[in-house]
Amino acid sequence: MGRTTVSGNKGHKKTAQRKLMVQSHSPKQNGNGGAKRLPSLALDTQLLRTIHKLMVTSRVLEERLIKIYKIGEAYFWIGGPGEEAFGVPLGLLVDKGQGVNHDWLHMHYRATPTLVAMGMPLIDSIRLMRNRATDVSTGGRNFSNHYCYPKWNVAPVSSPIEVQYSQCIGTAWAQRRRKAKGITIVTGGDAGTAEGDFATCLVWASRPKNELPLLMTVQNNKWGISTSYETQHGEKHTSDRGKAFGIKTSVINGNDPIESYLALQEAMQYVRDNTKPFLMEAMVSRLYGHSSASGTSFIATEDDCIKLFEEKLLRHGILKADQIKNLWTELHDECQVLSEKVKHEPPPSSDSVWDHVYANNENADWRKF
Amino acid sequence: MANMAQAVRMALHYGETYMGVTDIFGEDVGAPMGGVFTATQGLKTTWNTPLDERGIIGMATGIAMTGDRCVAEIQFCDYIFNTIDLLKIVGNTHWVTNGQVTLPMVVMTPVGAGIFGSIYHSHSFDAWATRLPGWKVVMPSNPLDAYGLMLSAIEDPNPVLFLEPKALLRVKGTELIPGEPADEKKLKMMIDAPLGDRTKWTPQWPKLEKYMIPIGEAKITREGSQATIVTYGRHVLVANQVADELLRQGVGIEVIDMRSLYPYDWQAIKKSIKKTGKVLFLNEDTEVTNFGEHLALRATSELFYELQAAPRVLAGKNLPGIGLHPNLEENSVPQKHHVMEEIQALVNEVP
Repeated sequence: MGRTTVSGNKGHKKTAQRKLMVQSHSPKQNGNGGAKRLPSLALDTQLLRTIHKLMVTSRVLEERLIKIYKIGEAYFWIGGPGEEAFGVPLGLLVDKGQGVNHDWLHMHYRATPTLVAMGMPLIDSIRLMRNRATDVSTGGRNFSNHYCYPKWNVAPVSSPIEVQYSQCIGTAWAQRRRKAKGITIVTGGDAGTAEGDFATCLVWASRPKNELPLLMTVQNNKWGISTSYETQHGEKHTSDRGKAFGIKTSVINGNDPIESYLALQEAMQYVRDNTKPFLMEAMVSRLYGHSSASGTSFIATEDDCIKLFEEKLLRHGILKADQIKNLWTELHDECQVLSEKVKHEPPPSSDSVWDHVYANNENADWRKF
Repeated sequence: MANMAQAVRMALHYGETYMGVTDIFGEDVGAPMGGVFTATQGLKTTWNTPLDERGIIGMATGIAMTGDRCVAEIQFCDYIFNTIDLLKIVGNTHWVTNGQVTLPMVVMTPVGAGIFGSIYHSHSFDAWATRLPGWKVVMPSNPLDAYGLMLSAIEDPNPVLFLEPKALLRVKGTELIPGEPADEKKLKMMIDAPLGDRTKWTPQWPKLEKYMIPIGEAKITREGSQATIVTYGRHVLVANQVADELLRQGVGIEVIDMRSLYPYDWQAIKKSIKKTGKVLFLNEDTEVTNFGEHLALRATSELFYELQAAPRVLAGKNLPGIGLHPNLEENSVPQKHHVMEEIQALVNEVP
C-alpha cells in the first residue's frame, strides 16, 4: 500500500497509513459478494481480478488505437494509457445512469479506463478513433477519447483544456438544488490547473451555504505536452489550492489501483453524505506521451501501473502468470478483430455536416433561410 | 407602457412561473439589486454569482446539460469576451455529439453604445455573436418584442443569445404586453422595487399572457418603396426617425427590424430589396467583418440584377473603443444624421 496524505478542511494535515482491512464493498457491477478477501490487499480477490482485467482491457484498447494511428489509418490519437489504476476504480465506483439522481462525469481526453470500467463496448472507442459514422459519441466528428454518453451522464469531452471544470458546477448545482442522490465528478490533468477554470471550480464549489456535491480530481502526470510541472508550478501539490477554500483534499498514488479505489470510495462517500466538494490529486504516469503529436512511444522510465499491479497479484497468488498472459493475448486478438471490422464501416457522409447544428435538425444553413 | 427592462423582467417572471425556468443568475442579478438595469428585480429564481463570467457560462452549460432551463446574465457584453471559447463549446455541443446533447439555455447581455459608457460599457457583440454557429441570436428594439423574444428564447431547445440594446432598456414601448396594466404608474407600483430597504418588498405581478415572437421572423416597421434599411436594436428607432422625416419630404424608406440575427429572415429582406432596389445595412458594431457585410454580400450575390445601387453598410468605425466624451462616441457609432446622409445618398444614386 502506498501512503496517502489526507487534509481536513481546517487546514491541518495528517499522513495516514490506510487501513488494510477495508469496509465492506459491494458494487453491483462486480458481483463479488462473499468472495474471499486478502487482508494485505484490502479488496476482495474477485474485485482485484476485475480491476486487473479492466485495466488490461483499457491498455490493450489504447495500444490498438495507437497502432491504428501509426499505420496511417487515423489522423490523431490521444488517450489514457498510464492512468488505468485511477480511471478503472473511478468507473467501477460511479453511480452510473441518466439524470441528476446518478453521478455526472465531466472528464478529459484520458477517460478510456473509466469508460471501459463503466461498461463501454470496446468497439465504441475504435469507431471514435476511426471517425466512423457508427461512432456513438460524435458520429465521426471528433478525436479519440472525446467520449459522450448521455445515458451514463458522461458529458461530452472537448479539447480545450480545463473547460470541464467550469461546466461541472452546473450539473452539481442542479443536483444540489434538487437534493438529488447523484454527485458530480470532474477529471483533468495537472497542467490544466493553471487555467482560470480550475479557480472557477474552487470558488463556485465552495460558496458558503451553497457548497456543491462535487469531486474534483487532478490526474497529475507532471507534464503538459513537453513542459514539466516543476518548471511552471510553485505549489507543492495542486490539491493544496483547495485548502484555501475549506475544501477537503488528498494526494494519492494513482498508480496503485487499490489505493485509488479506497480513496475514491471514501471521497465520493464524503461528497455524497455532506453535499460538499472534495479535491483529490492522483499521481499517475503518462506512458505514451501526450498524444500522437509527441510520438506515441512507450516511456519505460515511467511507472507502469499494470506491471506493478500484476507483480502484486502474482506475489499473492491471486493470478497466475499464464492467466495474465492469456488475458493480454485474448484482448489483443479481440481488439484486432474489432479494428478490422470497424475499418470497413461507413464514414460519415459529406452532406451530413449540417446535421445537428440545431436541435431537431432545424435548418442552420443560411443559404436556405 | 412598460420599458424594456420591465418587459424582460415580466418575461422572466412568466418563464419561471409557467415555462420551467429554474435559475436566473449573474452578477448582482439577485436581491437586493435585481440587476444593474433592474431587469431581474423581484423574481423568485434569481441568485447572485461570483464575479466570474466563465463561471456564469459554465454554470449555465452544466444546468442545461441536466435539462433544466436557465437564463444567465453577463452584466455587460464588454465582459463576455473571456468566455468566447465556452460559448463556442456551447454552440458546437449538439453538433459534435451528433445530436445527443442539447443545451437549452439563454444568455442575456446588454450591448452597444448610447449611454456614454466609455470603452467598457459600449461594446457591441452582434458581429461576434453571429460567428458562434449553433447559437440563435436575437436583439429586440422595443419592450413588446423583448417580451416575446425572451419567451421564445426560453422555450427554444437551443442556446439563445439575447442581446439587449442597453440604450433602450429604459425606453417605454408603444404597445401593451398582453396582461400589462395600461396605467404605467400602476405597473411601476406593482413590479418596481422601492428605493432603500427592499427586504419586505414582494412584487405584485400582473396576470401576464404567453406571447411569442418566432425566432427568425423580422418586422417591417416602416413601409416605403425607394430604399430599404435593414437594422436591429437601437438603430431601428434611428432608422424609423429618418424614414419619418424623409416621408414628410416625399421619400419612402422601408425599415426592417431583423429582431433575429441568426437565423435571420432573408425572405423578408429579399422581398423588400426586390421592391426598392436599394438597401442600407445599419448597425453599430465595428465595420470590418461586420454582420452587415455578410448581408450585403448576399444581397449583391443573389439580387445583383435587381439592384439599382450597390448595397451599403453603415456601422461603427473600426476603432478600438468608444471614447467617453460625446464628441468621441457620436463620431464612432452611426448617429441619426449619419444615417440620413447615407440613405439620402443611396436614394439619389443613379445607376
